[in-house]
Amino acid sequence: MATSTTAPDADRREPRAGSPARVPARRPRGPRRSLLPYLLLAPAIVLELAIHVIPMVVGVWMSLLELTQFHIRDWSTAPFVGLENYRATLDLNSAAGKELLHSFWVTLVYSLLSVGFAWLLGISAAVVLQKPFRGRAILRALFLTPYALPVYAAVITWSFLLQRDTGLVNHVLVDQLGLLDDRPFWLIGDNSFWSLLVVSVWRNWPFAFLCLMAGLQNVPGELYEAAAIDGAGFWRRLRSVTLPMLRPVNLVLLLVLFLWTFNDFNTPFVLFGGSAPEQADLISIHIYRSSFKTWDFGSGSAMSVALLLFLLVVSAAYLLITNRRRDDHA
Amino acid sequence: MRETAGERWGRRIVLTLLTLFVVIPLYVMVTSAAKPLQDVQNGFTWWPSRPTLQPFVDMWSTVPLARYLVNSLVVSSIAAVCSVAVAIFAAFAVSRYRFRGRGVFSVTVLSTQMFPGILFLLPLFLIYVNLGNATGIELYASRTGLVITYLTFSLPFSIWMLVGYFDSIPRGLDEAAQVDGAGPLRTLFQVILPAAVPGVVAVTVYAFMTAWGEVLFASVMTDEGSRTLAVGLQGYSTQFNVYWNQIMAASLVVSIPVVVGFLALQRYFVAGLTAGAVK
Repeated sequence: MATSTTAPDADRREPRAGSPARVPARRPRGPRRSLLPYLLLAPAIVLELAIHVIPMVVGVWMSLLELTQFHIRDWSTAPFVGLENYRATLDLNSAAGKELLHSFWVTLVYSLLSVGFAWLLGISAAVVLQKPFRGRAILRALFLTPYALPVYAAVITWSFLLQRDTGLVNHVLVDQLGLLDDRPFWLIGDNSFWSLLVVSVWRNWPFAFLCLMAGLQNVPGELYEAAAIDGAGFWRRLRSVTLPMLRPVNLVLLLVLFLWTFNDFNTPFVLFGGSAPEQADLISIHIYRSSFKTWDFGSGSAMSVALLLFLLVVSAAYLLITNRRRDDHA
Repeated sequence: MRETAGERWGRRIVLTLLTLFVVIPLYVMVTSAAKPLQDVQNGFTWWPSRPTLQPFVDMWSTVPLARYLVNSLVVSSIAAVCSVAVAIFAAFAVSRYRFRGRGVFSVTVLSTQMFPGILFLLPLFLIYVNLGNATGIELYASRTGLVITYLTFSLPFSIWMLVGYFDSIPRGLDEAAQVDGAGPLRTLFQVILPAAVPGVVAVTVYAFMTAWGEVLFASVMTDEGSRTLAVGLQGYSTQFNVYWNQIMAASLVVSIPVVVGFLALQRYFVAGLTAGAVK
């Protein structure tokens, strides 16, 4: 205790300096007070446990059982098989394993393209709507509409547009512009992947737009003034002011969009009417169909758990890399 | 700062393309809802041969749309109100108290929002079915089961946005109320909530939209009696006919309430996202 001479002084000053700022946040007035936050959280915690945490644990347990149609009504009778479900579904030499791997690649390419285009459209709209002009509010509301529509209403409309004989897309491409001789099928075969991608970008880009618009509101106008005085043109200002200032928003936005599109079930389910062609067989719909077609919930759970592990690893790696880069910059 | 001619034209082109991309499907939805059936069975037309409101009448009898609508309304409203009620208490705790486990709670709750829905589907299906067999509590194929499921779906984001709104309300107001002798709950209900009304309304609309638009669980966890719009709208494609005009009419009708609600409150969604992103 070399500093003993100053210590009493510091102790005496501390309550005066520290308390006014801290009192509202921390109110240590007896045990009832300290329990209060937990009581307030209790309903939320109970619900999260019941609908998210417990099912997740149950899901892991199910993946270790031979849980076929004979055992679903009373799962206590399902025999424990260890990692057998994982071995069977992830075995890349088997037919099921090959299908799963194919579905995985489709989903990965779909997610990367969908997030990329959604971000590109979102940033374009956010940048051109940054400065006020007449009609800006209307355009902003219009651009948000695809996101506000219920997903099934939006996707069902697209499936109408993409019908081979009665849809708008073929009418424009074949009848009006004459670009194609034959009417292509958009919802089966190779084209179905691109249809799915367009619909997903249409649905998701407004979310990117909303987040980027919110992010741009935090960029001080003086930065642009200063850049303009330095003679920076549009692209230079975008690269040196806008994008760096949006970095925190982008980090979260890209990850969230990626996870959402990777897990996307609604778009293919509604677009293709309950199933999906092989070329657009996203992983969620693949698991769904193989689980409810064969009623083999054990291997369905195994695939779900494997999917979760993959997404956890990707998210953790993403956060690690982006955090390290931020440290380098600082 | 002057805008160059290139920038002005660039802006016009970008806005025109984006507007076309967004508007064309919406336009088709609206105009096709006013088409007679033969218009949607033959080649596509940009305008109805004979504009009619008949699809808006017929859509109620082709499928039991009224029942689906009531189911969706009941499930989504109850889920939204419960979700926001639970979220208000949780957000109050996170915003106003520093307690052990605060960070863990926030991270865990938010991360469940990111998990694949399919991961919860099979276990919840099994739990609901087996719980029904064992105790007689019917959660599978019942509206109660859907309400419970949906309210937890919107809960994480509701809590997150409400924490943002509550944080933006000055703590000085709390302290003034406490000096007047108000306990924590009175502070919440008489000081914080009145100041956060727009935020609470925005979060309620968000929770309603989440339940209103959910497809995956609706397709597995409902039967004919508890079916919601998300699944019910697919009933217009029968073996013999696809009533595209009625599908578009029904889609329009079920979209308008949520779109209007969302657009009216978009300002507060932006505010909620900004508040959350700053942290």
